[in-house]
Amino acid sequence: MTITPSIKRDYLSKLAEQGKRADGRTFNEFRKIEIETGLFSKAEGSARVKIGNTQVVAGIKILIGTPYPDTPESGVMTTAAELIPMASPDFEAGPPREKAIELARVVDRGIRESKIIEVDKLCLEPGEAIWMVFIDIHIIDFDGNLFDTSSLAALAALHNAVIPIERLRPDLEKLQEKFPSVKKYLEEHPTDYPLPLQEPPISCTSVKYNNAIMIDPALDEEEIAEARLTVATDKNGDIRAMQKGLNGSFTVEEIKKVIKDSIDNGIKIREELYKSVGK
Amino acid sequence: MESDIKLIDDNGKRLDGRAPDELRKIKIEVGVLHRAEGSCYLEWGENKVMAAVYGPREALPRHTQNPLRAIVNARYNMAAFSVDDRKRPGPDRRSREISKVISEALEKVILLEKFPRASIDVNIEVLNAEAGTRCAGLTAAGVALADAGIPLKDIPVACAAGKIDGHVVLDLGKEEDNFGDADLPVAISPRTNEILLLQMDGHLTVEEFDKALEMAINGCHIASDIQKKAIMDKYQSAPEVK
Repeated sequence: MTITPSIKRDYLSKLAEQGKRADGRTFNEFRKIEIETGLFSKAEGSARVKIGNTQVVAGIKILIGTPYPDTPESGVMTTAAELIPMASPDFEAGPPREKAIELARVVDRGIRESKIIEVDKLCLEPGEAIWMVFIDIHIIDFDGNLFDTSSLAALAALHNAVIPIERLRPDLEKLQEKFPSVKKYLEEHPTDYPLPLQEPPISCTSVKYNNAIMIDPALDEEEIAEARLTVATDKNGDIRAMQKGLNGSFTVEEIKKVIKDSIDNGIKIREELYKSVGK
Repeated sequence: MESDIKLIDDNGKRLDGRAPDELRKIKIEVGVLHRAEGSCYLEWGENKVMAAVYGPREALPRHTQNPLRAIVNARYNMAAFSVDDRKRPGPDRRSREISKVISEALEKVILLEKFPRASIDVNIEVLNAEAGTRCAGLTAAGVALADAGIPLKDIPVACAAGKIDGHVVLDLGKEEDNFGDADLPVAISPRTNEILLLQMDGHLTVEEFDKALEMAINGCHIASDIQKKAIMDKYQSAPEVK
């Protein structure tokens, strides 16, 4: 982590007192969001998302696997994030560190707990064969707010994903000789079909410094932040997940304000997401 | 598997309709990342790779420093979703080897003596892989180095040739790589035709090798023109700095 010179801290704090931000945004305004999907032929689903200068690529791989013993009838999903050295001079190569693991876990939780992926529809043969969904997130350009950019990239890639019947047909045909339910499954699903999904919650992150609260922090803002709050809201404006970070604090009023801004921005971002996936 | 697959038809056309000496389509974008000092996005057929350059900066850890010149750390990495079966994230033996030979190839064209104790870090990410990723990666790295303003003797470029069904052809595709007879990736310094990287697997006679090498070098020159055009397109339109 680089040490932001105190000059920058003073500058941003002074701007915040006047109600301004370094890039000219208002406190409750996101940077420009760009979403592209279906970029890569090898992935079952893929997306590139830019929020301002932060850029994230997400890819979905879907494979046949065996279920966990305690959930024999549901599919499995895994999320991994790589903070590759391409994205920032401060990221190092090697196994994922704390930061990458936290990021992957927060994104994973957002997708898992909100049950966007209908895992009970991913069973081929109870206790024997299921679909495994791997979400891999590559941070390729880092300018702050990885939580929101990564979640959005994962969501866009999931909406683009198909169950790869065609690619895995030889394996499936081998399975159907052993398990009659796979045969029935193949009759119901003769070809690739979209991954079954439910309404996604949208995550919005805000930070606080010098008693000002602003949404979608750029890297400079993130580096001087005292406290951080991520709020995921659904289509009905209900809260689906929250995560507070850093050693600063929020008042109850501030939390309420953050939630309101997250709901407002969540609506706009959801529209962008649906537009990009043609929904 | 269909090992009796016919890779080249009676008219000399290949599976994807290319002539024996025809490259796949190459598309290059320069300066696609904001944080990196130089960057490049390159599509070579269905290969999609990105390269980013940081440096010259102090080489860390310190014991890697060379008091006389800079070192080049190329890091070739495949995204988990870039291949048919998900690849486990992180470096494996194959990607470490490719990283090493690419680093060495790039060192030849960079004016390393200008930056003692420094490292020049070149990150190559393969986002979609379909035969020939090391050539695509090295070609993208060459553009990213130029975009980063690293002093270069030349912009390195790579291209492969190989043998399928007994014919020497340029730039092997997926099936050609899997079921072909030989693969010969080559990187050159296009100004002098010096060879920076050379690997081969399979079976070639000396005559076939001569032909394949010549073909690969020709392919490199075609790719080199596309590299230069992409860089010119970006910087010709840029406002002049006084």
